[in-house]
Amino acid sequence: MKRKLLNECTIRFPAFSRNESLSRSVSAAFAAQFDPTAADIAAVKIAVSEAVTNAVVHAYTDRDRAENARVEMSVRLYEGGFLRIIIKDKGRGISDVEQAMKPEFTTAPESEERSGLGFTVMSSFMDSIKVRSAVGRGTIVTLEKQLTTYENGENE
Amino acid sequence: MLKIYNDGRRITASISGDIDHHSARELRMSIDDVIASSRPELLIIDMENVGFMDSSGVGLILGRLKAVKAVGGELLVKNARKEIADVIGFSGLSSVIATSHSEKRDYSTL
Repeated sequence: MKRKLLNECTIRFPAFSRNESLSRSVSAAFAAQFDPTAADIAAVKIAVSEAVTNAVVHAYTDRDRAENARVEMSVRLYEGGFLRIIIKDKGRGISDVEQAMKPEFTTAPESEERSGLGFTVMSSFMDSIKVRSAVGRGTIVTLEKQLTTYENGENE
Repeated sequence: MLKIYNDGRRITASISGDIDHHSARELRMSIDDVIASSRPELLIIDMENVGFMDSSGVGLILGRLKAVKAVGGELLVKNARKEIADVIGFSGLSSVIATSHSEKRDYSTL
């Protein structure tokens, strides 16, 4: 089924950790236009935070970061309150996506930077998650969620 | 932001704002400093004023649990809202989350 696109927004920013909160705020402000529930907004924020943090922490080295490392986030809202968020980096890529998505898999078990729960959290709070990655070329994470908006709530 | 209340035996770390990968670094260092210097019997992480937490917060809690255990103390997370408790739950760490009951039973004398 082809859904009608109602609104979209794309931001591109350096892979700095301070931009994790920027990406959350933008996704929440975008979704808020459609009057979703507070729980939906919270779900979108946490999923975006996990995906963007993965890009900041894993995709790029500090040397990349000093140069031209960027993360791009697109947020799209379709008819009926269907939200799709695409988070893209051009970093090192993930060699084994299936393994990376297992709960508590982490490439940095001692560093405590991440708990290994990023993909678990994204999957739990969104309806679907797709990860495409190519080593040396980057990663694209697509998150989808049907929002419970005031409008479609009324129709039920 | 972080406020630390320290009576020598019990430390309360009251966190406000967002806990994410960016903010966790500083929180981690500040809390570890006070654990090392005071060697508390109990570390309480108070989440009342936390507006947002992602899985970086779970890493923060896990790491502080290890740090406080290493000095013979215990950890309790209190005032975690439902979304935050859910995220902590993914790690199987739910036992550190205080219910008023466990807090009364175990720590009222401290």
